[in-house]
Amino acid sequence: MRSLLLAGTALLTLASGAAQAQVSNDVVRIGVLNDRSGIYADLAGEGSAIAARMAAEEFGGKVAGAPIEIVVADHQNKADIAASKAREWVDTGNVDVIADVPNSAAALAVQGITKEKKRIFLMSGPGATALTGAQCSPYGFHWTYDNYAMAAGTGRALFEQGKKSWYFVTADYAFGQSLEEETTKMVNKLGGKVVGTVRHPLGSSDFSSFLLQAQASKADVIGFANAGGDATNAVKQAAEFGITQSGQSLAGLLLFITDVHALGLSAAQGLMFTEGFYWNLDDQTRDWSKKFEAKAGKKPTMVQAGVYSAVKHYLKAVEAAKTDDSDKVAAKMRELPVEDMFAKKGKVAANGRMFHDMYLVRVKKPGESKGPWDYYDVVKTIPAETAFLDPALSGCPLVK
Amino acid sequence: MFDLLGVPPQALFGQLLLGLINGSFYALLSLGLAVIFGMLNVINFAHGALYMVGAFVAWLLLNYLGLGYWWALFLAPTAVGLIGVVLEKTMLSRLYKLDHLYGLLLTFGLALIFEGAFRHFYGVSGQPYPIPDLLKGGQNLGFMFLPNYRGWVVVSSLIVCFGTWFAIERTRLGAYLRAATENPVLVQAFGINVPVMVSATYAFGVALAGLAGVLAAPIYQVSPLMGSNLIIIVFAVVVIGGMGSILGAILTGLGLGLMEGLTKVFYPEASNIVVFVVMAIVLLIKPAGLFGRER
Amino acid sequence: MTAASQTTNQAAPKTATVALRGPDAGTARTALLFAVGLAVAGAAPFALYPVFVMKVLCFALFACAFNLLIGFAGLLSFGHAAFFGGAAYVTAHSVKVWGLPPEAGLLLGVLAGAFLGLIFGVIAIRRQGIYFAMITLALSQMVFFMALQMKFTGGEDGIQGVPRGVLFGIFDLTQPLTMYYAVLAIFVVGFALIWRTVHSPFGQVLKAIRENEPRAISLGYRTDRYKLVAFVLSASLAGLAGGTKALVFQLASLTDVQWQMSGEVVLMTLLGGMGTLFGPVVGAGLVVTLESYLAATSLPVPVVIGAIFVVCVLLFRRGIVGEILARLPGAR
Repeated sequence: MRSLLLAGTALLTLASGAAQAQVSNDVVRIGVLNDRSGIYADLAGEGSAIAARMAAEEFGGKVAGAPIEIVVADHQNKADIAASKAREWVDTGNVDVIADVPNSAAALAVQGITKEKKRIFLMSGPGATALTGAQCSPYGFHWTYDNYAMAAGTGRALFEQGKKSWYFVTADYAFGQSLEEETTKMVNKLGGKVVGTVRHPLGSSDFSSFLLQAQASKADVIGFANAGGDATNAVKQAAEFGITQSGQSLAGLLLFITDVHALGLSAAQGLMFTEGFYWNLDDQTRDWSKKFEAKAGKKPTMVQAGVYSAVKHYLKAVEAAKTDDSDKVAAKMRELPVEDMFAKKGKVAANGRMFHDMYLVRVKKPGESKGPWDYYDVVKTIPAETAFLDPALSGCPLVK
Repeated sequence: MFDLLGVPPQALFGQLLLGLINGSFYALLSLGLAVIFGMLNVINFAHGALYMVGAFVAWLLLNYLGLGYWWALFLAPTAVGLIGVVLEKTMLSRLYKLDHLYGLLLTFGLALIFEGAFRHFYGVSGQPYPIPDLLKGGQNLGFMFLPNYRGWVVVSSLIVCFGTWFAIERTRLGAYLRAATENPVLVQAFGINVPVMVSATYAFGVALAGLAGVLAAPIYQVSPLMGSNLIIIVFAVVVIGGMGSILGAILTGLGLGLMEGLTKVFYPEASNIVVFVVMAIVLLIKPAGLFGRER
Repeated sequence: MTAASQTTNQAAPKTATVALRGPDAGTARTALLFAVGLAVAGAAPFALYPVFVMKVLCFALFACAFNLLIGFAGLLSFGHAAFFGGAAYVTAHSVKVWGLPPEAGLLLGVLAGAFLGLIFGVIAIRRQGIYFAMITLALSQMVFFMALQMKFTGGEDGIQGVPRGVLFGIFDLTQPLTMYYAVLAIFVVGFALIWRTVHSPFGQVLKAIRENEPRAISLGYRTDRYKLVAFVLSASLAGLAGGTKALVFQLASLTDVQWQMSGEVVLMTLLGGMGTLFGPVVGAGLVVTLESYLAATSLPVPVVIGAIFVVCVLLFRRGIVGEILARLPGAR
């Protein structure tokens, strides 16, 4: 049971709603809040905590003279649990930073709390563009990817590959629709066209009839505006129906390396999508990923690598600012360039979006793969400027 | 060429065929539920989880013992059936004298345990399971490309479904079973071991779910969550069909698959809801379900 | 016959419906317990984290509403998440987008719960027992899909940043303590209403239906009407709980309409004690505490929850409060 005093002070702070007094620099506490048992457990989960710890270790476990501590919690993909855990961490747990938080609903809830409480929020897992748009926060940093980058980036990159007509298989809810919308906008802008779309309910297990409709459209690209189990089932069944053999390309609008791993190369081969990170890009990424694999037993996803990069950048900013005062650290984070194995010459924009290169990848054929996790051919590097939405268009009030 | 509401007839045939394939999964699962309910008066909430276990057993056999699809087709339902015997003997059998709702609650808890445990150990992204070599490729039917494997699924599940119906409605063993459903005490008095029959029935019902799981493994991702949403649709199928007859469960399953297939063409957004809408309408007109008897 | 039912000194219930009954507490005892509970709840925010206690209160009200149906009318609804989550969406939307004050938002939430309850009830009340559970489950799944696809719910993002506002133009709910006491007041009102219902002639008829429906019909009661009213009342109170939760957490999301949420409220009630007034409150407190505790451990939450379910069903079907009452001398 918590002490009366502690709860009392927390209440006072809550009640006054005033600026948080400078947290004592005894400890810099980083809370990794993500899904550790549900659908995002594989792509974030414990791996994100490992990545955060790796970043802390690189600083020798200390920053600006204070020890770094990592705490973790499972939000079980429930926004209310994420919100109450975040509040509790801030109010009574002296947590300075919250990191990761996949699941858009959970991330938006935590964004609201960190904004109110003036705590830094390092988002790697969520994709919602609202996090750096209408719901942006001076303390919120959106690190790894967002739905715009996945959708528009893929649309543009494939157009440049000469694939100009699209057919969408879209999950019928806000997330799927926004992926479709972003891609459509980009495709139309470039002069391509969308020949049709079919909306399927979330959690459909059978995609054959949607795929048949997509096949009949004869579009160059069949775009899957869905995620997780929907996306993997759709890709797997596309292979079963021999869609790629007939010359159409499959594009995922939100896929992770764990999805490819789950599908296996024979089902996923030829699939194209955008990634924020791939372990086999260069020596630095290979080196880091090897260390990660030694601890986690598998290669990192972009979300996990992004947590590492974000936490590292935060710690750099704390060191430079010589305090963990959120306003000063946030200013430093925007000022310093992001330079690590994840992001080369990355830059944080006013709306909190971290700009870094993205990569259009194509999944290898089973024969081309040289070993476990050797899954991608990087078709094209999408430069940071075109990968993400221009902050001026984001609708974030912080951008003037 | 005439179109039906803007859909060419070939495409419609294709979609109906696909609907039939999904329907055969519904039929297999609702048949298992109906068999169990008939004998035990238990709604087996763990049915979806055991369907998932069936698929996972197939995957484990392939990855750890190198035993392929055809082995799995027999071993996985057997394994699931054995799990069923254990569950029935140790837990369910304690609840028969109580309200039937407790059976539902118990199996709900079991479903959570199975799904949670598989999620914990194997993650949620799912595992790949290849189509057996013999059934790779497909047939061009003129109006659509039909993968051989899907054809196999329809044929084999129809055989199993109607075989089960025949065994229950037309054989001596089936007659004992039906008699024990009506009056267990009397049947016991005739020297038939009713408790063993009850265990065997439960094992058979869940083995059907396990079989459906193996059939599904090459089509869907083998994932811990594959059964959790399906089970609710199958519940709706069972409610629509009514619990009265085995044939009802099979026909309703197939019929709803077809109906869902049509919805996917004309109004795909509603394809997950259509089953529930049909259920509401059927209940308003015929509360006992299409094939059910009012009890 | 299980160990649990052998230890009881009651006659073993023969008919199916009787088994779901828990013992009723005496009115004086209830009043005393209630006073003690109120005092504890009043002091709780000074000892415990207030957001946590508010969450417990919301779920306690939800579980009490559910218990009204299972414990006193013998109807197991497996679709209560639809009322809880549906109302949360309506309250959140009306407060955030239409700018209504919180009391109006809550009222609309309750009405939404009642409306959904009426639709569910009309369809489901025609069947009993297991069928009833399955139908409510299927209907709530339909509500889930609708919540997922409708524009105003924000799909996966949910409705975020719901303002708490000023209750009745006097109480500023942005103050944590004010919010806490408002939630406590809402809970007390809901609880009192349930208590009153259970002890009214209407409640007696419900119990009669639970014990022996054909006999109740033969006595001239139109049992379907009674069950429908009970169902709508329960749905409205679940709606009140959902709307309050939306204000407390300032969000409404898909979590609240998922069928897993229906399962959770069944667990709370089962664990605490079906058919007892305080059981659901205890059960809700335990489950919420457990979930928040497990969040920080590596134990898989669903497995633990599932195991509790199994243990409850097999070993102590009366639930915690039910067991205590059964052991207390003179409780009956």
